[in-house]
Amino acid sequence: MSSPMDYLDGNAAAGELSRLFVMDITTAEGKCAYCGATKRFAEAHLYMEGPGIVARCCVCEHVLLRFVNGRQRAFLDLRGMSYLCFDTA
Amino acid sequence: MWRVGTVVALHDETSSARTITLEVPDWPGHVAGQHVDVRLTASDGYSAVRSYSIASAPNPEKRVEITVERLPDGEVSPYLTQELAVGDRLELRGPIGGWFVWRTEQTEAIQLIAGGSGMVPLMAMIRSRAASGSTVPFRLLYSVREPGAILFRDELEKRSNQDRAVMLAYAYTRVAPKDWPRPPGRIDAALIAEATWPSKLGPTCYVCGPTPFVEIAAGFLSACGNRSDKIKTERFGPTGAKK
Repeated sequence: MSSPMDYLDGNAAAGELSRLFVMDITTAEGKCAYCGATKRFAEAHLYMEGPGIVARCCVCEHVLLRFVNGRQRAFLDLRGMSYLCFDTA
Repeated sequence: MWRVGTVVALHDETSSARTITLEVPDWPGHVAGQHVDVRLTASDGYSAVRSYSIASAPNPEKRVEITVERLPDGEVSPYLTQELAVGDRLELRGPIGGWFVWRTEQTEAIQLIAGGSGMVPLMAMIRSRAASGSTVPFRLLYSVREPGAILFRDELEKRSNQDRAVMLAYAYTRVAPKDWPRPPGRIDAALIAEATWPSKLGPTCYVCGPTPFVEIAAGFLSACGNRSDKIKTERFGPTGAKK
């Protein structure tokens, strides 16, 4: 079980996720599919203790993103967000 | 994409923290507040990646400084702070992150709050302000275990003496200097109210430190009337990626 304060934030996942995303994900706005909060990915609570990365909504703590990196393959689960909005300016 | 940096200088900041200066020929430049991932690979192929905030201001010399706190049980930090030598090469990924950054075009007052080695990205902001000739008022509240654990101490004193627009306040959690007005302890609402800009100035606040510290500091800033979208946070923990 996780203790209440063992999370980091979305910034800490940005390096690993830069392998998949061309644009900076920390400034992207994601909408939580559960509570509807719209927050920057940098604000998500990040759990990195397990075999993968789990990002949770900083408002309701529901899972936003899961990322698991295997030897030859990487899995990305984004169903916790209804969208991610990138600033393309 | 991994880049290779060569260690060109090493400098001990405290008994447990060392600044590593790297020259990275293909460095694209960075913004104060960003971090890099460092990858160490053993001869058997085992590799470990850790994130470290960049301490240096953006510069044309393609130099990147990171300041690493040694964690007694760490897998990476003991190597970086004790064994790494000038001339060694390190693999880097970055610069990373566009959220927890201070850009030289920003004109509003800036409040920095550091807990322990959370000072590192905030130091990059102070250095970037000086290097760019910005006159934006900066205020720093730095919570640290004891006087000997202060990172960049001489430089901070020098910068705040030369330039009154960078105001410094220290808070000690374990041991305070003799005659220090506040007994050692965690930051509290009264300290945040006293040592930070009034919220009516509309400062942007940057808070960096261990997770519990960041939660407490951001909560007090919010209670003082600062808007949540003006409070930017970066958390780190010894077991995760952030140093």
